[in-house]
Amino acid sequence: MAMQDSGKFWGYRRADGRVGVRNHVLILPTITCATQAAKQITELVKGTVSFIHQHGCAQVGVDYEQTFRTYVGMGTNPNVYGVVVLGLGCETHQARSVAGEIAKTGKPVEVVSIQDHGGTLFTIAQGAKIAAKMVQDASAQMRELCDFSELIIGTECGGSDACSGLSANPAVGVVSDMIVDRGGTSILAETTELIGAEHLLAERAVDDQVAKRVYDVIKAMENRAFMMGVDIRTGNPSPGNIKGGLSSLEEKSLGAANKAGSRPLQELIDYAQAPSKKGLVWMDTPGHDIEQLTGMVAGGAQVVLFTTGRGTPTGSPIAPVIKIATNSAIFEKMADNIDINAGTIIDGTETIVSVGQRIFDEVALVATGKLTKAEILGQHDFGIWRIGPTF
Amino acid sequence: MEKRYKTVMMKPQDKVAVALEPLAAGAEVAVSCEGLAFQITVRDPIEFGHKFAVVGIGKGEDILKYGEVIGVATREIQAGEHVHVHNLEGKRGRGDRNGYAG
Repeated sequence: MAMQDSGKFWGYRRADGRVGVRNHVLILPTITCATQAAKQITELVKGTVSFIHQHGCAQVGVDYEQTFRTYVGMGTNPNVYGVVVLGLGCETHQARSVAGEIAKTGKPVEVVSIQDHGGTLFTIAQGAKIAAKMVQDASAQMRELCDFSELIIGTECGGSDACSGLSANPAVGVVSDMIVDRGGTSILAETTELIGAEHLLAERAVDDQVAKRVYDVIKAMENRAFMMGVDIRTGNPSPGNIKGGLSSLEEKSLGAANKAGSRPLQELIDYAQAPSKKGLVWMDTPGHDIEQLTGMVAGGAQVVLFTTGRGTPTGSPIAPVIKIATNSAIFEKMADNIDINAGTIIDGTETIVSVGQRIFDEVALVATGKLTKAEILGQHDFGIWRIGPTF
Repeated sequence: MEKRYKTVMMKPQDKVAVALEPLAAGAEVAVSCEGLAFQITVRDPIEFGHKFAVVGIGKGEDILKYGEVIGVATREIQAGEHVHVHNLEGKRGRGDRNGYAG
């Protein structure tokens, strides 16, 4: 990373033409029963990453499809050089089916399964051998100069406070516009936390069909609370949000929507689905930090911008997450976790636009290889949005 | 000289402003937004990031911030009062109240 130009970054070109900002070898357990073996392989082989979860079996219908799409999306994310898909053998989500989809991108992918390889120890040995070879091959790949049009950023706010909508979220909105104006893609998510702000986004939809879907996904999310007969306020705003000054879901939503900047809304995509259009897109996800982060990364986001008022350690195993504080006090209090302070806007020492420019420059640096605090701390969070019961 | 407290009121139609520093009960606060100016005596201690009413709000009236509805007043609120979950109720996603809406 010899030169730095805020219009470009240095990335890894993949066989399918997409660009990664990291060069991970992913040990992908398709079933909860294989997660421990996957973790042990990452401990043996430097340069590998994995994620712990409790899915992969006894799922049906749309819930099955969503989990499958999430696994495939994690494997196909361009930040991943190659994948060792790790199965048990008897599970619903067959490792071979997941590997088959990942192989279509042209990246190295191999399958190991515990029942086929004679138990945990042989499986770990076999998986580690394959992974070690992949890591060495990955390490020989050079970065090349890439354009922002090849970047998908995910945007997220977690641990919101009253400043989120005044400082960090509008600053991320500036970055979203800058990325979109350079031909890139910005993902807005957290459908739950857009309830009450949907009319503002529908107005920006590129056509009536997209505007209608805005109202449809909001209605579906709101109906989940109705069907359960619960007050959504027991979960959202959260106790921390309330302590920080947020009084209602609508208030939180109006602040959260600022992350989306001001450009037209091109499309709405399903959870963990890859955008088919460039520009601003909305992924239908819950507000839950880890589940929505996972959805965006599985959808192909190479970098995530995460604003926080209360402070949170959240990170992803394969995408750098840049943490942005909404106020100076939390930036100082949680300096281990937070990369950028947007609290200067509240302090009156910086403008929304100048903080936006600062975040944009950081995106270029991080895309080129600078590690985020969440990466340094190994904060490898992963969670899939469940939309059905397990049978 | 009178102290100038840091607050923000987003839109002229808003009923609330946000304290950007802690305010003690009794503090005299000048709030302005797009040519509007309010002189308010704060009635409750207001923590950093919390809201106070800039005008009187009737029970059942919509409360606006960002120029948009953030909920409804559950009781009468006077200018200078802390506006939060004790006197503001969200209107959306209320399965507890609306029942199954289909």
